[in-house]
Amino acid sequence: MSQSVELKNSTQEILSKITLEGTIRNQAREALGSLGLPASKNEEYKFAPVTRILEKNFNLSNFTVESSKVTDISSFAINYLDAHVLVMINGSFNKSLSSYDDRELKIELLNQESGKLGTLADYKTDALVAWNTAAWSAAIRLVVAENITVKKPVIIHQIIDTTNQEIKCFNRVLIEVGKSSELTVVEKLDTIGNQHNGFSNVVTEAFIEPNAELNYVSLQTDSSRRYHFSQTSIWQARDSRANCFTLTMDGKFIRNNLQVILDGEGCESHLLGLYLVQGDTLVDNHTVVDHKKANSFSNELYKGIVDDNARGVFNGKIFVRPNAQKTNAFQSNRNILLSDKATVNTKPQLEIWADDVKCSHGCTTGQLDEEALFYLRARGIGEDTARAMMLYAFAGEVIESLKSETIKSYIDSLISERLHKNF
Amino acid sequence: MESAPKGLNEDIIRFISAKKSEPEWLLEWRLKAYRQWKTMKEPKWPNVSYPEINYQDVIYYAAPKQKAKPKNLEDVDPELLKTFEKLGISLTEQKRLTGVAVDAVLDSVSVATTFKEKLAELGIIFCSFSEAVQEHPELVKKYLGSVVPMNDNYFAALNSAVFSDGSFCYIPKGVRCPMELSTYFRINAANTGQFERTLIVADEGSYVSYLEGCTAPQRDENQLHAAVVEIYAMKNAHVKYSTVQNWFPGDKEGKGGIYNFVTKRALCFGDHSKVSWTQVETGSAITWKYPSCVLKGDYSSGEFYSVAVTNNYQQADTGTKMIHIGKHTKSRIVSKGISAGHSQNSYRGQVHIMKRAEHARNFSQCDSLLMGDKCGAHTFPYIDVENNSGKVEHEATTSKIGEDQIFYCLQRGIDEESAVALIVNGYAKEVLNQLPMEFAVEAQKLLALTLEGSVG
Repeated sequence: MSQSVELKNSTQEILSKITLEGTIRNQAREALGSLGLPASKNEEYKFAPVTRILEKNFNLSNFTVESSKVTDISSFAINYLDAHVLVMINGSFNKSLSSYDDRELKIELLNQESGKLGTLADYKTDALVAWNTAAWSAAIRLVVAENITVKKPVIIHQIIDTTNQEIKCFNRVLIEVGKSSELTVVEKLDTIGNQHNGFSNVVTEAFIEPNAELNYVSLQTDSSRRYHFSQTSIWQARDSRANCFTLTMDGKFIRNNLQVILDGEGCESHLLGLYLVQGDTLVDNHTVVDHKKANSFSNELYKGIVDDNARGVFNGKIFVRPNAQKTNAFQSNRNILLSDKATVNTKPQLEIWADDVKCSHGCTTGQLDEEALFYLRARGIGEDTARAMMLYAFAGEVIESLKSETIKSYIDSLISERLHKNF
Repeated sequence: MESAPKGLNEDIIRFISAKKSEPEWLLEWRLKAYRQWKTMKEPKWPNVSYPEINYQDVIYYAAPKQKAKPKNLEDVDPELLKTFEKLGISLTEQKRLTGVAVDAVLDSVSVATTFKEKLAELGIIFCSFSEAVQEHPELVKKYLGSVVPMNDNYFAALNSAVFSDGSFCYIPKGVRCPMELSTYFRINAANTGQFERTLIVADEGSYVSYLEGCTAPQRDENQLHAAVVEIYAMKNAHVKYSTVQNWFPGDKEGKGGIYNFVTKRALCFGDHSKVSWTQVETGSAITWKYPSCVLKGDYSSGEFYSVAVTNNYQQADTGTKMIHIGKHTKSRIVSKGISAGHSQNSYRGQVHIMKRAEHARNFSQCDSLLMGDKCGAHTFPYIDVENNSGKVEHEATTSKIGEDQIFYCLQRGIDEESAVALIVNGYAKEVLNQLPMEFAVEAQKLLALTLEGSVG
């Protein structure tokens, strides 16, 4: 009983600090008030007690953020990637560190409600989304017109500078890909300073028009003092394609909600995820694939290698709505535990209301196959190398289908380093 | 017919206890459960929906009129025997032909137990729960609530407070039970709830195969069935528990039917013990049950085989829990769901590998078959692994009956209805194979019967 009173209090405290106004903002604030931050019994946050974690590690009565004095972020860049660079630091857009042009797509910066912003990510059921929707400070809007294949990817650096104080920031991204167009967006989490804790809450909404394609890559490889919540909602029209990839390698607490709504016939969605975690990282991936119309295809593959005290959580929901006949939906979650203190909680969930469908899910949790290891060692490969080889192959399957070679090789180098690949 | 007045309060519990001339400790146990139940809330998480149950509108005790407890079948009221005969559960015939010992529970009390003497020669105790309380109080006292505590969940607490009868079975050390033991449950009276309790204790190195069957007549109102089954397996013991559940599912519009809210759990206490659950679920308006295994002993193993069929407006939320505590424990889950009509069928299961459960192994497979576009199939598996030497695999598929399969049958002169029955039986074969022979035949017929008229 006392706990729920406490929870109410921190929710009230947060609400009292939100001063921004707007039609959707006000609704979201109301929603946050009635939902309250997730309680410990909340099924969606069963293994990610976000409220307790935030209360313990952050001062929730002060949300002032000083602007960062950083002048160089070249160390965060992806090698050889020619891209439109957009930099968000501590919840505001940094123009001097960004470099982009308007020739291929329109890039807008918003600080007020506008157009489709706030219409897709559901703030009525998730308190953290409601929090963001009510309190976001800066938004990036990317608009691609019809029939354009944007050659340069857009990279958004979500940076927090915790040199002088703890940071809590709320950003938004809105992506609109026009009919028959194609766009690649990379979101990258980076931390400067790393002296204090940092919490970022990023909500991304993407609308993919008929026959268009969006490649969305999220790289979560920064500091062990980062607490991150993300909600990525993608809406797909007829014959569109969405390719999502999420890589988590570091952070204290990472919660990713990825929602893909296939709202037209002939859609295709690929959801890929890889989490290589160690230390006491908690990574929680919640995905929702919502088949609303007939004849669509979705494929989901999440793999995890969990070491030390880390915990990997996966929850994958596939909904096939009553008229979504001829749906093909596949889902797979595979985990390897490297230490005896590592934990994996997985819940692959299918909810199907249409009969003419092919859906399957599978998940496995275990350790490296001893026999395969023996096979390699019998051929003169040292045990460490053999292990690294097998882990690398395990992880490799996920990055194989990435479209951009530059991004692929960058991710490959990160993985190789983490897995001590020396062959 | 003799029954308690409607409603639930401490007096009713005293009435039930007095009716069964129970010892003081059991009455206390019931009252304690009742007081705990009053503080609990009905669970809302299952994927089913039903109108609020008024627990004061249920008759908690109903017994068919009978003068004295019959010694053998000749003494049983012929009316009762006829009832069972109509159901195809002929007590006399079973005795003659198949050698299955039966404990028949009608409404709230056990009416007949066959083969008792023969089993007693081996030291096996197989009798109704009330008898066990009178004749073997020390065993009942020791094991009652040891697997499913009285406050385990809402319905288990309710059952602990008002359970009226059930079966009790004890297999002594090293004895292999020579015949199948079986219980038949039937709800006959209107407005009654049935709350029976089964307790099976398998001592070291023993083996028993246990069957459970249930039926209920058609009635317009919903009836509540909240049973508890506890299995306690010691070192090297092996218990096989099979259920064919055929409670009245409600009519085509979803009116009436049984609410089947059952708690079943086995404790593999000793090393190398093994419990296997097999269930064929075709009845009930709403099913809510999760036969589970707590694998405490090292090298113990648990199995769960299930076929759940829902048609018309039936709802089922069923599955299993495998809790791996001991080292080298193994579990296997095979669940086959079939939904037709407007029904909703959910599999919900948990596999938990605890920290000290080294080298634990689990394999789960849950398939769903959909017939028609108004029904739903849902899967909610929870897999929690805390030990890195464990190996857990889970796979699930959902699909419909292939048109090519139907076509193949039609081509060979098998009409669509029979073709579906054939394909469904093939689909469920892996589970049906686990059933004892007599049961398997019955289960196959039941499957076909439940799905009658669901194609086209």
